Amino acid sequence: MKTLEVSVVTPSGPVLEGSFDMVVCKAETGEIGILPGHIPLVAPLQISAVRLKTGSETKHLAVNGGFMEVQPDKVTILAQSAEKAAEIDVQRAKEAKERAERRLQAKADNIDKIRAELALKRATNRLNVGS
Amino acid sequence: MASLRDLKARIDSTKKTKKITGAMQMVSASKMSKAEQNAKGFVPYADKLQEVVASIANSNTDVSHPMLIKREVKKTAYLVITSDRGLVGAYNSNILRNLVQTIEKRHESKDEYTVIAVGRKGYDFCKKRDLPMSNSILGMADHPTFADIKELASETVQMYSDGEIDELNIIYNHYVSAISQKVTAKKLLPIENLDAHSAINNDYEYDPDQEQILEVLLPQYAESLIFGALLDGKASEHAASMTAMRSATDNAGDLIDDLSLTYNRARQAAITQEITEISGGVAALE
Repeated sequence: MKTLEVSVVTPSGPVLEGSFDMVVCKAETGEIGILPGHIPLVAPLQISAVRLKTGSETKHLAVNGGFMEVQPDKVTILAQSAEKAAEIDVQRAKEAKERAERRLQAKADNIDKIRAELALKRATNRLNVGS
Repeated sequence: MASLRDLKARIDSTKKTKKITGAMQMVSASKMSKAEQNAKGFVPYADKLQEVVASIANSNTDVSHPMLIKREVKKTAYLVITSDRGLVGAYNSNILRNLVQTIEKRHESKDEYTVIAVGRKGYDFCKKRDLPMSNSILGMADHPTFADIKELASETVQMYSDGEIDELNIIYNHYVSAISQKVTAKKLLPIENLDAHSAINNDYEYDPDQEQILEVLLPQYAESLIFGALLDGKASEHAASMTAMRSATDNAGDLIDDLSLTYNRARQAAITQEITEISGGVAALE
């Protein structure tokens, strides 16, 4: 069976490289699953989890601020940050989530609110993937 | 001539200085190799991003985005990357000289430009010279992560999108090798010279569409360029620091040699004089 070469690259270096059967991720327009032989595609990703499947095994990855580039046998995910489930510091993510929630409750101007919302999204995403 | 004791004291203090600069040289050397690795780790990301941006921008002429369009330049921003501390030889002065020369050549009034300073040396310099400064970041880590620079980078890109600045230049030291760093001035925004050859595949599907993807991609691209320059600058900083410390160590060694020679001569002269005095005294008694 054909597989997809997946590489996840961030500014601080490659995070993951390997062959997988299927890649599922959340694009701006909704969830999207990529199988080998997909047409070339470029799509921005939401702050979300990326699922990489081989057989019955599934690997989870938390990505933030990225997009993906798909070629028939290759998927490249470029993100500002990406973490494998095992590498996520759950405690830190929890703290970050609480911090962001507190900041959201406090009355602040718009920019701070947007920032806090993004931080909350990132933290929640990490928590979902990490635990 | 200095007394024997003074000479001895100078030799001792120079020896201590030499030890310190020697240690700092080794620290910088190890930091440099790490920084070099970081800069290399960033290359695949930058290349891929460049490739995708180029292929979108070149695929279709009616795709446009403010960041790709040249507009009349009313205000130029200069992002200068300097170090936080000294002891790096000519690293900072080269950059700041380039900045001043560029500003003098291109601008007449202070309203026409603004400086964004990364690093304390650049910050202090602009403060002292009273140059307009719109943003700064101090205390950058030796091995910065993308998160460290993210805020400054997005704010800078935002300034361009808001029309506050019409051009963004970046001045930093490009790391050529451990002994050679080159001051580089680059125009970052508007993005131009996207290499069409690097666009290998022009028949992408875009989801949702090209313009919206550019909307996401171009700021990210610009931010990544800033981060790349910072990594490059950091590698240069450690290399410059290593070279400076090595020549300081060498000079201290030379100085110690010179001082030891003078010390030994003075000691010899003192002994000779003593003998002359004694034999003179003996001759007088006979």
